[in-house]
Amino acid sequence: MTAVQEPRTSTFDDNDQKPVGFGRMLRKEDPRLLRGRGRFTDDVQLPGMLHLAILRSPFAHARVVSVDTSAAEAAPGIRAVVTGAKLAELGLAWMPTLSNDVQAVLATDKVRFQGQEVAFVVADDRYSARDALELIDVEYEVLDPVIDVRQALAPGAPLIRDDLDGKTDNHCFDWETGDADATAAVFARADVVVQQDIVYPRVHPAPMETCGAVADFDAVEGKLKLWSTTQAPHAHRTLYAIVAGLPEHKIQVIAPDIGGGFGNKVPIYPGYVCAIVGSIVTGKPVKWMEDRSENLISTGFARDYIMRGEIAATRDGKILAIRTNVLADHGAFNGTAAPVKYPAGFFGVFTGSYDLEAAYCSMTAVYTNKAPGGVAYACSFRITEAVYLVERIVDCLAAELEMDPAELRLKNFIQPDQFPYETKTGWVYDSGNYEPTMRQAMDIAGYAQLRAEQAEKRSRGELMGIGISFFTEAVGAGPRKNMDILGLGMADGCELRVHPTGKAVVRLSVKTQGQGHETTFAQIVAEEIGIPPADIEVVHGDTDQTPFGLGTYGSRSTPVSGAAAALVARKVRDKAQIIASAMLEVTVADLEWVKGSFQVKGDPGKSVTIQQIAMRAHGAGDLPEGIEGGLEAQICYNPSNLTYPHGAYICVVDIDPGTAQVKVRRFIAVDDCGTRINPMIIEGQVHGGLTDGVGMALMEMIAFDEDGNCLGASLMDYLIPTALEVPDWETGYTVTPSPHHPIGAKGVGESATVGSPPAIVNAVVDALKPYGVRHADMPLTPSRVWDAMRGRATPPI
Amino acid sequence: MQVPAPFEYERATSVDQAIGLLERLGSSARLVAGGHSLLPMMKLRLATFDYLIDINPLHAELGYIRVGAGEVRIGALTRHRELLESDELAAAFPIFRDAERVIADPVVRNRGTLGGSLCQADPSEDLSAVCTTLDASCVIRGPGGAERVVSMGEFHVGPYETAVGDGEMLTEVRLPVRPGGGSAYVKVERRAGDWAVVSAGAAVWLAPDGTIADARVGLAAVGPNTTGIPEISAALRGREPAEKLYEQAGAIAARSCDPATDQRGSADYKRHLADELTRRTLRTAVARARS
Ligand SMILES: Cc1cc2nc3c(=O)[nH]c(=O)nc-3n(C[C@H](O)[C@H](O)[C@H](O)COP(=O)(O)OP(=O)(O)OC[C@H]3O[C@@H](n4cnc5c(N)ncnc54)[C@H](O)[C@@H]3O)c2cc1C
Repeated sequence: MTAVQEPRTSTFDDNDQKPVGFGRMLRKEDPRLLRGRGRFTDDVQLPGMLHLAILRSPFAHARVVSVDTSAAEAAPGIRAVVTGAKLAELGLAWMPTLSNDVQAVLATDKVRFQGQEVAFVVADDRYSARDALELIDVEYEVLDPVIDVRQALAPGAPLIRDDLDGKTDNHCFDWETGDADATAAVFARADVVVQQDIVYPRVHPAPMETCGAVADFDAVEGKLKLWSTTQAPHAHRTLYAIVAGLPEHKIQVIAPDIGGGFGNKVPIYPGYVCAIVGSIVTGKPVKWMEDRSENLISTGFARDYIMRGEIAATRDGKILAIRTNVLADHGAFNGTAAPVKYPAGFFGVFTGSYDLEAAYCSMTAVYTNKAPGGVAYACSFRITEAVYLVERIVDCLAAELEMDPAELRLKNFIQPDQFPYETKTGWVYDSGNYEPTMRQAMDIAGYAQLRAEQAEKRSRGELMGIGISFFTEAVGAGPRKNMDILGLGMADGCELRVHPTGKAVVRLSVKTQGQGHETTFAQIVAEEIGIPPADIEVVHGDTDQTPFGLGTYGSRSTPVSGAAAALVARKVRDKAQIIASAMLEVTVADLEWVKGSFQVKGDPGKSVTIQQIAMRAHGAGDLPEGIEGGLEAQICYNPSNLTYPHGAYICVVDIDPGTAQVKVRRFIAVDDCGTRINPMIIEGQVHGGLTDGVGMALMEMIAFDEDGNCLGASLMDYLIPTALEVPDWETGYTVTPSPHHPIGAKGVGESATVGSPPAIVNAVVDALKPYGVRHADMPLTPSRVWDAMRGRATPPI
Repeated sequence: MQVPAPFEYERATSVDQAIGLLERLGSSARLVAGGHSLLPMMKLRLATFDYLIDINPLHAELGYIRVGAGEVRIGALTRHRELLESDELAAAFPIFRDAERVIADPVVRNRGTLGGSLCQADPSEDLSAVCTTLDASCVIRGPGGAERVVSMGEFHVGPYETAVGDGEMLTEVRLPVRPGGGSAYVKVERRAGDWAVVSAGAAVWLAPDGTIADARVGLAAVGPNTTGIPEISAALRGREPAEKLYEQAGAIAARSCDPATDQRGSADYKRHLADELTRRTLRTAVARARS
């Protein structure tokens, strides 16, 4: 496995010699998307289609006393008004969540968060549907809400989940990992112990396209067609079959173009179920598209972890152990999307990139009167929180030891010869070579000069900070022996068919939301069978057209489906080799694969191309004994392990001492995602993720007032960064292939979102060193930075 | 898509026809100028109106910047973008360009208007702070062509409330031009295009001997309306420009404003910014007046 040589061209240059395989090339899907010819869920128009709007609770916690729909039913253009009570008659008022909890589709007994679904209206047009919501008269008996997560388990706290049998408190689950006693023993003998409370506030993925669906139930055929904004069409189909009792072969889930997912489109939302019910009761296709506020207040949030981090080390900077206790806010229903055996996702990798003697985490998750969700926003199943914790606490240790944070990290890295490396929490890192990645980032940054500049600026009273984060990700869920979602194993199918003229179609179970699958997967197949990417059609997002698999999230597409695509192509190539041997009248062993053709060893003049072989496979005349016609294969790939990308990020900030405004001056990101398929796409993923990181570090937070009103219900209140808040990204890379992945690729979709927030926060805290600041929580808005400068940094929740 | 409640819509054909409609329809009607404040409120259903009268067809009549010897007159329908791009205006009052650079984004600036900004009377509105700083007066036109001219202090009667009555409209803003002037605007925001955490405008007029003949400071987002602080003007008049003096003005600004803690920042921080930004803008305004 060799690293691919890439020309160092500008990000925007297309490669004139389009690679037949890996390399920089423009995305195949872009002409469609950039010209406004994409087809998103809201673009779906069906004859006779009706429109659905949802009435939501204005209260965070209230008993639903009565719902009077008579005025709404009488309004012009209204086809149906459905309440929780009506859904209960159909047995559809509750649905399972991805974490084996239940969630109300429409409230029957109580509303448990502001924005919860209470009733829906189906009308001839979107306007009538929305107007009719105003005519539904709901009587609520307002209850005390549980908003402060620290109070959720206090005796006498209002009980949120009285729908669960025997439930008497707001406890959701407990979870632990690592060895408590061994860790305590290491802490007891360590020279230095540093403790820091660290909050990762609730944020929202806020994709540009909100969630929505078009449901079309054909009562005669008994078939449901559902266009929806889903990152996991196959998993959704199976769950609809289980929930709605519809036979699975009569459900077709289609995810058309998706305008950003970031995990927001992994769960099944009540709105999708409402659209299905709406179509069944009206006998017409029904469209539901939520608006921006609905998306922000009711769909999958992310983070919301209150963490206490502790780190133990020797005086000379050898890190010995990390311990953490976490209070996790899971909202009103546990809607976390994570493999079943991992209720805290992959938070267990909080040991980071360091060789430790011991580690331990204990976690308590609670219910609150806030929107459900919990894993979303490009977080690799909670690795975002884990990396933030370890990279912040390592910086706290560096401050305590008065050691350079880069030096401290370099001193503690897991060494290349230790891989595969099993962490103290049981994760087996497949491969890594951390120091060169770190050194490259320091070289690009000019680390020593930056520190000199900082010293000089400090002497003049200027505030400049340099922040480092080094992360190891765990992506590509996952091995089916221990990873499933609601009983569905996390293996992915893939099918490849080469047409007679040598063009091909590859069918995937994963679904792009902007990651460039139509290009990347064509390149993977091209690399293996030598058909140019332009000649390979990538089909995805339609359960009737593609093999089963669990979808795109957790940076799993390339690690899992990418492996499947490579292996299915190799299967096709193996068959092609047999056909070629007959065509060239030599044995299979006499043939040599030179990308795109089989040659007779030692006689390059005698060869056949893959296109010629394809025609032969479908053409006239006999094929070798035992070989069927056609040139196609299918596979289901079960990964043997996760893949572990890593990266070194360095951020430089300047802070205006008078206004406390933070300016990100430079950001250096060196990523190692193993083999690089399309470097341009990788850079795009990294740029986007870094921008996300700036947002979370400096401005994003879904806040609530004491009554449980969501204070981030529009993009005026929930800020996301623009091009003006981000610097020109300076990227680099190293290549440490995954040893168990067929092409050595590790996945990169979330690396930057995971790795960047600690670099930015570390930079801000570093800048504030003259003020004696050791920690300040996100979001580092000017006001919060100013508070920190005055010695009164407060957690945001 | 966020959907407003039903309303009826008419395009204005002249200022007086629009005023006639407003008079007839009363408080159930609203003018729509750039629509960048009104329409978001209607889409979020924070406001509902039965009738919208679109005054954009009157841009030829109400969109202008006239720089005269003693006065600049700006039509109510002049767009943010026109204010940003006018070199003449920037020469007379650099504060406008300072402010327009940090108001919203190009999409909003292409449509949003001076009149809409002042009539929205949002305590964070930047152009209100600019007009307060420049001691603007507002021309309000009523039925039958009757016009009255009110000061900025009178124009804003509370948050989201102005002196413009039913059946009236703002047609023009007038800014007095005095010799020796310099002005500046600074805004602290959490993100480009966000509303101000706090912003400050300052204008100074220097006497031939270099002392401050007059000075004004206008602050946004620190009280129910944008505020001009007379005490600052009094403290600066007749004095030699100096850092100490700006500090004194800053202290008055911090003490005189009335900010509230919200998502944009704590009241304490905003008070600090009132001080800091007052000093910064005075410094720049004096430098500009001198050059
Ligand atoms: C994303 C976004 C960001 C923004 N950021 C900022 C910012 O940073 N700083 C800032 O200052 N502003 C900001 N704004 C507001 C922007 O400047 C608006 O354009 C402005 O507030 C209103 O101007 P308008 O012409 O759009 O008014 P409209 O929305 O059309 O009208 C506003 C109100 O004024 C009334 N009105 C309008 N014209 C007249 C008139 N001639 N006579 C009487 N009444 C009238 C209307 O009836 C309505 O009640 C932002 C807006 C958006 C959408």
